[in-house]
Amino acid sequence: MAELTDLTLLEAASALRSGEASSAELTRACLDRIQSIDGQVRAFLTVTDDLAIEQAKAADEQLRDDNAESLPLVHGIPIAIKDVLCVEGVPTTAGSRILEGFRPPYSATSVSRLVRAGAVILGKANTDEFAMGSSTENSAYGVSHNPWNLDRVPGGSSGGPAAAVAARMCYAALGTDTGGSVRQPAAFCGVSGLKTSYGRVSRYGLIAYGSSLDTVGGLARNVGDLAPIFSAMAGHDPLDSTSIPDPAPEINLNGDGVDKLRIGVPKEYFIDGLQPEVETAVRAAIEVFREMGATIQEISLPHTDLALPVYYVIAPAEASANLARYDGVRYGPRKGPGEYPEDYFVTRGELFGTEVKRRIMLGTYALSAGYYDAYYGQAQKVRTLIKGDFEAAFEDVDLIACPVTPTTAFGIGAHGDDPLSMYLEDVFTLPANLAGIPGLSFPVGFDSDGLPIGMQFMAPHLGEAQLFSAAHAYQAAASWHTRWPDL
Amino acid sequence: MALTLDEVRAIAHLARLQLTAEEEKRFASQLSDVLDYAARLGEVDTSQIPPTASVLPMNAPLRPDEVRPCPPRDQLLANAPDREGGMFRVPRVLELEP
Repeated sequence: MAELTDLTLLEAASALRSGEASSAELTRACLDRIQSIDGQVRAFLTVTDDLAIEQAKAADEQLRDDNAESLPLVHGIPIAIKDVLCVEGVPTTAGSRILEGFRPPYSATSVSRLVRAGAVILGKANTDEFAMGSSTENSAYGVSHNPWNLDRVPGGSSGGPAAAVAARMCYAALGTDTGGSVRQPAAFCGVSGLKTSYGRVSRYGLIAYGSSLDTVGGLARNVGDLAPIFSAMAGHDPLDSTSIPDPAPEINLNGDGVDKLRIGVPKEYFIDGLQPEVETAVRAAIEVFREMGATIQEISLPHTDLALPVYYVIAPAEASANLARYDGVRYGPRKGPGEYPEDYFVTRGELFGTEVKRRIMLGTYALSAGYYDAYYGQAQKVRTLIKGDFEAAFEDVDLIACPVTPTTAFGIGAHGDDPLSMYLEDVFTLPANLAGIPGLSFPVGFDSDGLPIGMQFMAPHLGEAQLFSAAHAYQAAASWHTRWPDL
Repeated sequence: MALTLDEVRAIAHLARLQLTAEEEKRFASQLSDVLDYAARLGEVDTSQIPPTASVLPMNAPLRPDEVRPCPPRDQLLANAPDREGGMFRVPRVLELEP
């Protein structure tokens, strides 16, 4: 048998059932690999060795006692958790010094559902501070490195989870996507990443950034591996008032119906500045669907160019409200002279990073008296137009196919201190968050520097099953997802 | 539009952020760039368009107002930087009459 960490999640699940491997062995293999290569990749902020081994032993006992076939596919599988999701008793920082030392008294619903399904938690993976960024360069605990080229970023904000999956330190990871934070790092690291529909997976225990945009998703080595992660997390949670009542949908990976798919290709996503190799790879992947019998048609999402300015008003506005809770009273360190109100100013000024302060400032301005209607109010109205673009498009097509990112992974430090140029990295991923629809990013090639290229499908709200079915059919025909970085 | 340093200081005050002089200067120019970029939203005619506050086609659900167990006090206080007698300890907020 190959190295245990070379197995996919589904292969590992079948090895557990056949008795070829135990969860303790899978877990040990992942922990050993983290030990040997994470010094270079720096995907993890916290490794929970003891917890992982304890969970793995319990999983093995259940495998022996219960009918193994009835256990969820994630049972006994070691995974990583993005550090914006609370895990009871485990340091959870959101990549920020303002939460240094914080140990949540409860777990996020997404995490506790995976744990209840038998998954093993290896640790907390790096993120841009409060999920604000596209590279992990905004993490207060250092940048993660792209396993395909350690001088490049892994993307962000779920850069730690993406790098951990790509470097085979875990079988899958939980991430979050507010403006592209699962899909963009998945594309940069050559893995598959799912952004769920808004409301599909509970946000309880997710450290809030932009509450009308935040979603919990997953990253894995291929689309088939993502399905059991999604199935374990999805479904109603009374602890999140925006959780939809529908149960998790059935995911079918048998390829049925791909020949009847109508796929729309939005002309606004093939713009100047799109790296030619990215366009070529994405168009070639779309051709694969045409060969499978799908109907391909060009469509228009006319308000696409407004998504970026809408997002960078709404997300900071919501962030400025959500981050008001960090006052150095209930959790995190407190700084200052021990006086009111100076401690608030000093604690927040010293412990928030630059990008977080910038977005709090932007949001505070956009919500302040005299500017609310011009910025926040107007952005909410234009958001309606962007959502309407998708609703109109989905009357004619089942899925929308487009690039995930304008370029492949950029170099660490490439955007310097120019926030606007960094924001432009998210231009193809933000619209799905504004519309609340699901998206799935998967690898469709490599550029001449050997860096992965991603494509995304977007589907109507609650259309995850369609995303899985189509993207899995592609992976049954292509092999990009089976390539590994030399690490 | 260009934000002045005074405007930056006023926003930072509202947001309870102590900024360094260097940050004030840098943010003045960077926030101005982003706001200029966002200004294109003003060119869109939205007079007939309702705002989207939530993408969900449902209203906030209601639940019965019932007493339920919550985590023990010690556990909820465990992360506080300063605590005393089962409470969060903070700097004096109100002046007491002598």
